[in-house]
Amino acid sequence: MGKDDTRAGPLVRRPDNSAFKQQRLPAWSPMLTASTVLPFFYLTALICMLLGVLLLLTVQSTQEIKVDYTEAGTCNICLQKRKNVTNGALPCSCTVVFSVEKAFRGNVFFYYGLRNFHQNLRRYMDSRDDAQTVGRAGNLKNPSTYCEPFRKDKNGLPIAPCGAVANSIFNDSFSLVYHGSTGGFVPVPLLRNGVTWYTDKNIKFRNPQKENLTLAQVFEGTAPPPYWQKPAYALDPSDSTNNGFINDDLIVWMREAAFPNFKKLYGVLFRANKPFTKGLPVGNYSIHINYNFPVQHFQGRKEVVLTTLTWFGGQNHFLAIAYLVTSSVTLLIAVGLTVVWWKFGRNGKNMEK
Amino acid sequence: AFCAEEERRVRANDREYNERFQYASNCIMTSKYNIITFLPVNLFEQFQEVANTYFLFLLILQLIPQISSLSWFTTIVPLALVLSITAVKDATDDYFRHRSDNQVNNRRSQVLMRGSLQNEKWMNVRVGDIIKLENNQFVAADLLLLSSSEPHGLCYTSRPPIDYVCFRVMFFFLCEGEVVCEPPNNKLDRFRGTLYWRDKKYTLTNQNMLLRGCVLRNTESCFGLVIFAGPDTKLMQNSGRTKFKRTSIDRLMNTLVRWIFGFLVCMGVILALGNAVWEREVGSLFQRYLPWEPPVDNFLFSAFFSFWSYVIILNTVVPISLYVSVEVIRLGHSYFINWDQKMFCSLCSTAAEARTTTLNEELGQVEYVFSDKTGTLTQNIMSFNKCSINGQTYGKVLIHDSESTLDFTQFNPLADPDFSFYDEKLLEAVKVGDSHTHEFFRLLSLCHTVMSEEKSEGELLYKAQSPDEGALVTAARNFGFVFRSRTPRTITTTEMGRTVTYSLLAILDFNNIRKRMSVIVRNPEGKIRLYCKGADTVLLERLHPSNQELMAVTSDHLNDYAADGLRTLALAYKDLSEDDWEEWSESHSNAEKSTDYREDRLASAYEQIEQEMMLLGATAIEDKLQEGVPETIAVLSLANIKIWVLTGDKQETAVNIGYSCKMLTDDMTEVFIISGHTVHSVRQELRSACSSFYILRSFREMSLTSSFCQAHALEADMEVEFVSTACACKAVICCRVTPLQKAQVVELIKKHKKAVTLAIGDGANDVCMIKSAHIGVGISGQEGIQAVLASDYSFSQFRFLQRLLLVHGRWSYLRMCRFLCYFFYKNFAFTMVHFWFGFFCGFSAQTVYDQYFITLYNIVYTSLPVLAMGIFDQDVPDQRSLEYPKLYEPGQLNLLFNKKEFFICIAQGIYTSLVLFFVPYAVLSDATQSTGVPLADYQTFAVTTATALVIVVSVQIALDTGFWTIFNHVFVWGSLGTYFTIMIALNSQTVFRIFPNQFHFVGSSQNTLMQPVVWLTIALATAICIVPVLAFRFLKLDLRPQLSDTVRKTHQWCFKTYRTVKAVPRTGLPQTLTLSRRSGYAFAHQEGFGELITSGKNMRLSSLALASFASRHSTSWIETLRRKKNTPTPPSTENASHCNHTKIVMEHDN
Repeated sequence: MGKDDTRAGPLVRRPDNSAFKQQRLPAWSPMLTASTVLPFFYLTALICMLLGVLLLLTVQSTQEIKVDYTEAGTCNICLQKRKNVTNGALPCSCTVVFSVEKAFRGNVFFYYGLRNFHQNLRRYMDSRDDAQTVGRAGNLKNPSTYCEPFRKDKNGLPIAPCGAVANSIFNDSFSLVYHGSTGGFVPVPLLRNGVTWYTDKNIKFRNPQKENLTLAQVFEGTAPPPYWQKPAYALDPSDSTNNGFINDDLIVWMREAAFPNFKKLYGVLFRANKPFTKGLPVGNYSIHINYNFPVQHFQGRKEVVLTTLTWFGGQNHFLAIAYLVTSSVTLLIAVGLTVVWWKFGRNGKNMEK
Repeated sequence: AFCAEEERRVRANDREYNERFQYASNCIMTSKYNIITFLPVNLFEQFQEVANTYFLFLLILQLIPQISSLSWFTTIVPLALVLSITAVKDATDDYFRHRSDNQVNNRRSQVLMRGSLQNEKWMNVRVGDIIKLENNQFVAADLLLLSSSEPHGLCYTSRPPIDYVCFRVMFFFLCEGEVVCEPPNNKLDRFRGTLYWRDKKYTLTNQNMLLRGCVLRNTESCFGLVIFAGPDTKLMQNSGRTKFKRTSIDRLMNTLVRWIFGFLVCMGVILALGNAVWEREVGSLFQRYLPWEPPVDNFLFSAFFSFWSYVIILNTVVPISLYVSVEVIRLGHSYFINWDQKMFCSLCSTAAEARTTTLNEELGQVEYVFSDKTGTLTQNIMSFNKCSINGQTYGKVLIHDSESTLDFTQFNPLADPDFSFYDEKLLEAVKVGDSHTHEFFRLLSLCHTVMSEEKSEGELLYKAQSPDEGALVTAARNFGFVFRSRTPRTITTTEMGRTVTYSLLAILDFNNIRKRMSVIVRNPEGKIRLYCKGADTVLLERLHPSNQELMAVTSDHLNDYAADGLRTLALAYKDLSEDDWEEWSESHSNAEKSTDYREDRLASAYEQIEQEMMLLGATAIEDKLQEGVPETIAVLSLANIKIWVLTGDKQETAVNIGYSCKMLTDDMTEVFIISGHTVHSVRQELRSACSSFYILRSFREMSLTSSFCQAHALEADMEVEFVSTACACKAVICCRVTPLQKAQVVELIKKHKKAVTLAIGDGANDVCMIKSAHIGVGISGQEGIQAVLASDYSFSQFRFLQRLLLVHGRWSYLRMCRFLCYFFYKNFAFTMVHFWFGFFCGFSAQTVYDQYFITLYNIVYTSLPVLAMGIFDQDVPDQRSLEYPKLYEPGQLNLLFNKKEFFICIAQGIYTSLVLFFVPYAVLSDATQSTGVPLADYQTFAVTTATALVIVVSVQIALDTGFWTIFNHVFVWGSLGTYFTIMIALNSQTVFRIFPNQFHFVGSSQNTLMQPVVWLTIALATAICIVPVLAFRFLKLDLRPQLSDTVRKTHQWCFKTYRTVKAVPRTGLPQTLTLSRRSGYAFAHQEGFGELITSGKNMRLSSLALASFASRHSTSWIETLRRKKNTPTPPSTENASHCNHTKIVMEHDN
């Protein structure tokens, strides 16, 4: 049905002779030939080898010290103390001593590390309100429901910053002291700013603004997260621009780690004065810790990491070794393929069939 | 009022009466939707698809906050996209249906109203109207034929159910008559009704009906009474829901998707168990920081939720875009078929058409082709090609097109300009006045049952019952013996310009036993002569002994003709004295009058006079094959495709065609003919064929079954034997099969061989077969459009089949397989990363990637390159796949995508996901930026993994793509570019400032992608993913290359050296192979037509005659057979040991 007998020349219904319609588009049809694949394999192996060696050399030049202080030194007392929830708010400080065998050259970075702490749980990661921490007045007083159960406190006051992430902030603080060669104790100066992404500090986290009101006044009517000892607007008494949502430690904590064992940047060695102009000199150091963060609930560990950096970051042996392994495996495969090709497939012997 | 119609009463031209019954009007509606119903109905239909319902279910799951591990839009965006693409496709389809409905409904036809003819739209035609139809018009509704302009009240149509049928006229129908008939049904070959007129009853049968959808041919005009209109017509009743065909890839895909569901549930269970353990061991301790959500109060409850959460995030292993992508690819392939210039027939101005867009890749897997003969392999055009007159052979087979045909116009003004002959010697002989030659052509001009029509002086139109006869009479016409007209008692011819009227004394009609026909005429001089033409075997035995020498020569000629695949006839005459005639005439009329054994008596009367004839010569007619048929068959059999010819024709005709189209060759040592007519004998024959086959171990047999043996062979207990014997044969020809049996044969192979079948045919008798085969191909020829309507693909020449299968089918299959492999791979690589991450995130159903990445991965970042590959990929160019038909084999063996290949893809995907998770994990967990900020944060990890994933799958598609057109370049590079652009846009501060809670990845892409470590990680992951794949492929190519690789390589090496397959010579077998003689009376001819002519207007007889005349394909030939069977048959002189119901006498001279 529906075919009309309209005959207007035999070629009217002839399909166009275009390369597209006739499937004759100009095309490149590459083939896996020995002359392309084998050189590719050798080249890959070579490049991986070079990269591996370069990375290995670079990594060798970095230095790193890890100090697990969960129950080291005098921290054992604090650990026992924190086990009891009723003592949770009591201050406790302890000291751990370690020694640097080889001087750290260049910038030295100070990290705190946590083990077995799951910042990557789905509900944990969702439990935050970015609209609140970017300074929206509405969300300050009325946080997103994602923050449950840390959205409002017992009195019904909105929590700022709300959510499980902010609530669980790592609140140990550290001070590093160098046991000078002369016997004196020299506090090691740490720069506590510049430990965040630029975008986090300047875009993602903003304090709520209200004309002519101080930060404390703006935060009026909100409650600090239940585990916090200080309200958000008074986190850093020494630097008034480091308070509220733009506090560096808060921002660092709020950038959730992907895996349960992680480290976060705490500070950078300030190298203006001797004896730290070249880095950390050899000698003994002690860390004074305000031991607040309880880890025994979840069988976690806490540590401090000191490291120097190169162009591609901190000490990272895996990448270098992985490149070297890949290189050698590729080389092996390449040799194998060459042998096979030489013996069986050369000149298209199998193609002749 | 709503009870089913039990009978239909129609009064002509009485609208008031007819409207009481509320018959359907002639307005048809094939469209499914209108503007208002489109959205709800279409959505309802789409959600009947399991996949769509599944994603709807997921969407609902995501709305439950405790479970929702992903935002609702990660599912709704792809779902909406998929639904809308399908909806757009459905809407376009329906729009075209609306348009064609409108076009059909608005066609005009002439309706007799209030005594005058009025132009009415089709949709306004009502049951009971009287319609006037003119030549070449479509029949508007199912009509009862009232009168026709043609003599004897015949009416010709290209009629879908039974092609080229003539209709008997009813007498003129007056207004007080009433028709009572059966209610509308879909039986095309049946109609029962009664006409009540002035207290008389007349039976109406199918013979009196003109059905909607036919075109009136060769009939000036006719009148008909509308019996069924619109949706009640037989055509519309038949065009109901057709069985939805699925490809084997479809079925495999569904199985695999089911497996993947199972796999998904397994992973969900594993992760939920992990969650239970974790929550008990660790999570319960971690509650200080993250208490359980209210309904959850123990770890088991949490695990239960975790299961559903993981079902949500792992749902991408069952890709929502799979089905829609497959549809898009198939649509593309269908367009390529429609656009193919090499499948365009410029003669009939028809391009190939993919009428179904869902079967393309199945075209690359065909193992069995079932072909109709007439109109498919042959053109159904007979041409007078050679003749032997008095021991002299004339005519040559056309070898070069340049050879000019004889010009008859100067010699004979009545010549048919379409006739061509290539031997001027014959024309010379006629001009010289050679008496044998004259007698030869006189015979041809007199001895036939052709009707002529002379519209104006000299413009003759022959209506031949069989094309053979038409060809012979036309030949005589061109050589100066023009048949002008006939009455029941006379035949008028123009012989060499002189008009002669012969009186026709008798027609000794053709039948299958006699295999000859004769006429007895008295010429103007008063001499009586019998002219006879018939099968050589029959005729040569009835010659006068004096013909011995001539017979030997003619016999040689006949052998030669047969060797060329021509249909042969021998001609003879006999002078009768007045006494002879009187005597015979009496015995003949006695026989005619007798009531019992009438046919036998007639036959013996005929036998009596057809003796001692004088041989005139022989004719050879070429049953013209469609262009390129032998070549196509040769190429297809090289591609390991088995071709079965199923035809309603007789055995000789079928075998003849089998030889001429090179399906059968003389080196086929064993030709089995299975033709027993009882269950027992068929079984015997099948068994003996089987055993001898095993002894010979030669794959060169051809088995041929005919009609009742066919019926027996198709019976349940014999099926297996039949299939095993037939499939061992190189070629199979089934003759005398009814349309239903054709379908049964196809079903049989489908059932027992699990092979992909393709049926090709052009007539309505092929519809069953076309519908039951996996793929139905319709030849859009002269025989109506019913076959095309039922088909999945249609084109106008059989030879296009090789291009459809070997080029389009092969490519489609290849592309679809590559597409599926890659598609499953990329989704597993993408999704399984979540699984590994589960072990690190407390099985909390945290995703690895940003939710936007999850949303867009399948529909934006990776969809177009693989679509481009699925649409454009080619391994070898089209001419190569025709040159090397063996390239088709992987499709038949299902090598490119099967369960094994699927598992390889899945394994590769899982391997990739492992690398993509653990390499970034190992590197980043310890790494820091050059500013000292650690890189182990979640967002950096997510961006790194996502980028590595996109790069790895892009490299993989680049490896998989074998044919880089501009589209592939644009899509591959474009997808990568799009990924980075979209990611950076989504991580920009602008969107964050507007929706801080939705776009919390602000700045992470900039921070991450600036880091050399990240890029080193990505490079490492890519290398680790790709190197083994590359090595594996290289090894495979080097050690076990596929034929396509070889072809491709040689093609690249020797770019210019063309190797062409030896062209199969179009005509003529090698001379050494003349040993088998396959002559035979190959009329497509039934008896009874002579009786119609001589009996003039005897309607009862003529309708009977027409019933058998029309039976070339229809089932009514069974009735003819039945009729014959019931009458005792005379003893045959031949070894009629085979099928006694058809009385085919077979000859095999080897």
